[in-house]
Amino acid sequence: MVPVSDDRIVPVTMPKWGLSMQLGKITAWVVGEGDDVKAGDDLADIETEKISGTLEAADGGTVRRIVARVGEDVPVSGTIALLAPADVTDADLDAAVQEARAVIDAGVPDDAAGGPDLQTADVGGRRISFAGAGEDGDVVLLVHGYGGDRNSWLFLQEPLAARYRVYALDLPGHGASAKDVGEGTLDVLAGAVTGVLDALGAERAHLVGHSLGGAAVLAAAARDPGRIASLTLIAPAGFGAEINVGYLRGFADAQSRRELKPVVTQLFADESLVTRQLVDDLLAYKRLDGVDEALHALLGVLLDGDSQGVNSAALLAAAGGAGAGGTGAGDTGAGGAGPGGAVPVTVVWGRDDRIIPAAQAEAVTGADHRLIDDAGHMPHMEHPAQVQAAIEQNIARAT
Amino acid sequence: MARNITYREAIHEALAQEMERDETVIVMGEDNAGGAGAPGDDDAWGGVLGVTKGLYHKFPGRVLDTPISESAFIGAAIGAATAGMRPVAELMFVDFMGVCFDQIYNQAAKFRYMFGGKAVTPVVIRTMYGAGLRAAAQHSQSLYPLFTHIPGLKVVTPATPYDAKGLLIAAIRDNDPVMFFEHKALYDISGPVPEESYALPFGEASVVREGSDVTIVTLGRMVHTSLEAAGQLAAAGVECEVVDLRTTSPLDEDTVLESVEGTGRLVVVDEAHPRCSIATDISALVARKAFGSLRAPIEMVNAPHTPVPFSSALEDMYIPDAQRIANAAKTVTGWSR
Repeated sequence: MVPVSDDRIVPVTMPKWGLSMQLGKITAWVVGEGDDVKAGDDLADIETEKISGTLEAADGGTVRRIVARVGEDVPVSGTIALLAPADVTDADLDAAVQEARAVIDAGVPDDAAGGPDLQTADVGGRRISFAGAGEDGDVVLLVHGYGGDRNSWLFLQEPLAARYRVYALDLPGHGASAKDVGEGTLDVLAGAVTGVLDALGAERAHLVGHSLGGAAVLAAAARDPGRIASLTLIAPAGFGAEINVGYLRGFADAQSRRELKPVVTQLFADESLVTRQLVDDLLAYKRLDGVDEALHALLGVLLDGDSQGVNSAALLAAAGGAGAGGTGAGDTGAGGAGPGGAVPVTVVWGRDDRIIPAAQAEAVTGADHRLIDDAGHMPHMEHPAQVQAAIEQNIARAT
Repeated sequence: MARNITYREAIHEALAQEMERDETVIVMGEDNAGGAGAPGDDDAWGGVLGVTKGLYHKFPGRVLDTPISESAFIGAAIGAATAGMRPVAELMFVDFMGVCFDQIYNQAAKFRYMFGGKAVTPVVIRTMYGAGLRAAAQHSQSLYPLFTHIPGLKVVTPATPYDAKGLLIAAIRDNDPVMFFEHKALYDISGPVPEESYALPFGEASVVREGSDVTIVTLGRMVHTSLEAAGQLAAAGVECEVVDLRTTSPLDEDTVLESVEGTGRLVVVDEAHPRCSIATDISALVARKAFGSLRAPIEMVNAPHTPVPFSSALEDMYIPDAQRIANAAKTVTGWSR
């Protein structure tokens, strides 16, 4: 962050998308100097080594200066534009631009630390990998879905780390973790979740799970409810029968980019997010020894014929989630921790989810419901700011 | 978890991981173990450019030094493959392949066909190719077109460390004879490679840069030269799509044709001599199957139809460079009837 002489000047900075990101490149400015923006408006398209995305405004205001040019590399947290009211003087703005330019021109030092240290836990003989960000606060553990990995949280982990110690793991069969999943049961996945909490020495933690990861965190919570401070479920598996079996089998079976791309596009409301890099990265993962077996074993658990094979509602009841089982005892409706110490639960769903229908959110009884417009099965990638807000509000209800 | 390693290390790692996984995998060739006899010197070489250095101690008895007789040890490797082993033979320079052609194209390549599918020949022949090391006419050729011509052989030409590891693992697991071409000038390049084992399928080209104006189809070392040219051309407003074939046999026709259908213009870049080369092969493919999409005649960038010169000044001119590729791209974008 660049010190500015007038505190009404608000810098717009290069975000950190993924723990290993050091540089970002602006591929297009959506706004120009003189435009008024409000929080959540698109500001610029940004490309990193791994992904392209659109930066949304964190604050509202008038864009007075564009600092970073299209096509130039900007270090993470470097100032790329300045917002300020009309009466801030040009001289003050120019001084701020000059300081910001110095940061951009200096680039990333050669000896800059690369990515975060990948940590590993041995869970029942399986190597489970995880990476953390954040110095202080409660432990938050992010658990990805089927075929994903800890990088699915790249738009969320750093922003959440401002307030919490945020860890993202690779489930068995995924990412850098061991590829053996045994029978692929939720027990195996839940074991990885609690194994990472054990490795961290975390007595209590907030769990965030996406899709299959939602069922995995529920299974972990059901094992040891007292350990779970809050549950945020993003398009979780197991709250209804219907699921896109064509997607699941297509993903597991795809052997080439031609087969994989049309499958992966179903994940997103905005299909343009499916870049060549994204498909190539998924293909490289699928080609690792053992992944094919792991994905098919997990498929056998996720599916029962053409329906969902896991029952998350029962797990939620066992976990004592808010309004669990709809018994009413300790149920404060869509509210916070009930008198019985119920765990606050929020369910987040993209309205345009083509993998698991958003209507299944209704089955997560007692939870706070957040339906996100213009998002598919990956709302945490399509609208990370809204998902972040949902997670933070759910965590706040626990404390 | 991927980390950056060199092309040389990626090939070594593929060998080590496959030897660990499958005890029928053996490595043989000139100085692959070391050959000096004394334990301390066993790792002295590890092949002429050090690819197999260290394998001998991990897998004693499975890294074999051979006499300097290519016809003998290539024949032995092929024979071992027919008898249940998975040998990886290192034939130092592809230029020496001539003395064992019968074993390769008349024996190994024919067994599966002539025995009605009952015989398999899972042999990999690793070999170095390409100019640039001042090694003169008998140690610098790019002879992959000769092998691409032969039915029954698979031909692999990795350009990156990632591809080198995944394609070599696939080659070792393949039940057919595979010719694995390593460019001398690529051993020290580095790139991200997963620590874990993975096999990349043959016959799948890689689009290493996307663009809408010109398709550049290339392979091996020329992938890097083509990317350099594409960078220069982008600055001049010409967007190139660069397709790395990765394997010339089998050939991914679809990716080539789809790219040309998108751009309407083709430049083929191939370090081999121009006649009966990968460049002529791809040109013929596109002329036959994507003629309607072409907006300009096809351009080929090859080495000249001469032996590789020993003179360093001449050798530098001999190897296709980014400027020649850029000129070819400008020719096809500037062409009009």
